[in-house]
Amino acid sequence: MATYPTDYRYTREHEWVSVKDDIATIGITDYAQHELGDVVFVGMPEVGTALKAGQTLGSVESVKTMSDIYAPVSGSVVEINSELANAPEKINQDPHGAAWLVRMKLADATEVSTLLDAAAYQAFVAEKDSSA
Amino acid sequence: MTAPPTTQLRKTALNSTHRRLGAKMVNFGGWDMPIEYSGIISEHMATRTAAGLFDVSHMGEIEVRGGGALALVQSVTSNNAAKLADGHAQYSGLLNDRGGFVDDLLVHRISRSHYLLCVNAGNQDGDFEYIRAHNQFAAELENAGPRYSQLALQGPKALEILSRLTATQLGALRYYQFAFGDVSGARCLIARTGYTGEDGFELYLAPEHSETLWAALLDAGQSAGIKPCGLGARNTLRLEAGMRLYGHELDETTTVWEADLGWICKLDKGDFVGRQALVDQKARGIERVLVGFEMSDRQIARDACGVSHDGVVVGRVTSGSPAPFLKKNIGMAYVPLAARAAGTRIEIDIRGTRAPAQIVPLPFYKRGK
Repeated sequence: MATYPTDYRYTREHEWVSVKDDIATIGITDYAQHELGDVVFVGMPEVGTALKAGQTLGSVESVKTMSDIYAPVSGSVVEINSELANAPEKINQDPHGAAWLVRMKLADATEVSTLLDAAAYQAFVAEKDSSA
Repeated sequence: MTAPPTTQLRKTALNSTHRRLGAKMVNFGGWDMPIEYSGIISEHMATRTAAGLFDVSHMGEIEVRGGGALALVQSVTSNNAAKLADGHAQYSGLLNDRGGFVDDLLVHRISRSHYLLCVNAGNQDGDFEYIRAHNQFAAELENAGPRYSQLALQGPKALEILSRLTATQLGALRYYQFAFGDVSGARCLIARTGYTGEDGFELYLAPEHSETLWAALLDAGQSAGIKPCGLGARNTLRLEAGMRLYGHELDETTTVWEADLGWICKLDKGDFVGRQALVDQKARGIERVLVGFEMSDRQIARDACGVSHDGVVVGRVTSGSPAPFLKKNIGMAYVPLAARAAGTRIEIDIRGTRAPAQIVPLPFYKRGK
């Protein structure tokens, strides 16, 4: 069973958020990378893009399929993980760490507390697996 | 539309083995099948460099027997089955009267009065009914799918691995030849055929031996680097090898000329369903042809993406995917003849963005001699 960092927050669309000051680091969860399979391409937003929570942030493509990634919080993109362009498979190897996708400057820090905590996300995916 | 629960899906004899190996399972045309075990890329690469083992028991088998067997096979297929000797197989088309494909298939001649046809999983029952409807030759027909399992062992190490489990002289089987033999105690039709572009074998056997044979092959191939492979890798391998897939490159509206499969059509073998339509089309000329293409940048073309040439939409991608061995993104599509030449620049519509690509010769990948 995957471990989901307890200091992260999660969405039902399988993104995770880690906040330090007013910067949110965002990625996709271990559940998402496992569902996708071998990742071959990551579609990134441009630095400076302003997004509202729920808007499309980018996309992750695997051999078999493509998945849109949604901004878990509102803000503007300040950094993208340039390592993923040449090594998209990092998302399969280290989805919660080295394979973060983007960093955003938060527009509203209170949004983060509305997201799922690790236990709630873990229960959410466990339910998905058992009903499959 | 709600998906049927797994209990309603058809299962091969290896279903619990796949689940025990941790395969990701998928509903494939009503069958509960493994799509991947360790990952599509790892399975694809194992098949190209060592060996991959596939459960393809969902494929259909139709047996044709009797004095009228050859005549029936000749009348419903495009290739010349009369050229086959015992123990030889050929790739062919089951055609409709417009010259389109009802299915593509392999025809194996066991004897002059006994043929085994291997057909696509989803088309098994339809093909059987179609052949039965054309059986004015009193041939005996059997829809034999339920009494066959089929395993495919593919890759440069396939011969070495299979040789450990059978006394049959595999080296004497040339490509597209087959023999009956015992493999690990199971009687098999051992065919040197495959759908990956590698050397390898397809084994037809009784379902009750499948689990033993599967385990024996994985064991015998362990030191050579064998991996169990699912339908995901099966698709990337065949696409990379330029092989057509029914329902994508081939359907009831595509002819052998359009699909660039003229070599499986022998107009001079005698009459067959669709022959006149093909003669007429050859005289008129075709208006579209199947080509391969390669993406210029990192975007991935997918099935059904629009294809443009000179700013005009000319067709749709029939199959599109990353190609793990070639490390490119490739696809096939039907284009007008004006766009068929290698090097022609086209554009693929990927979710609203026009991504550049260019026509390349098929096959994308060909194994070394």
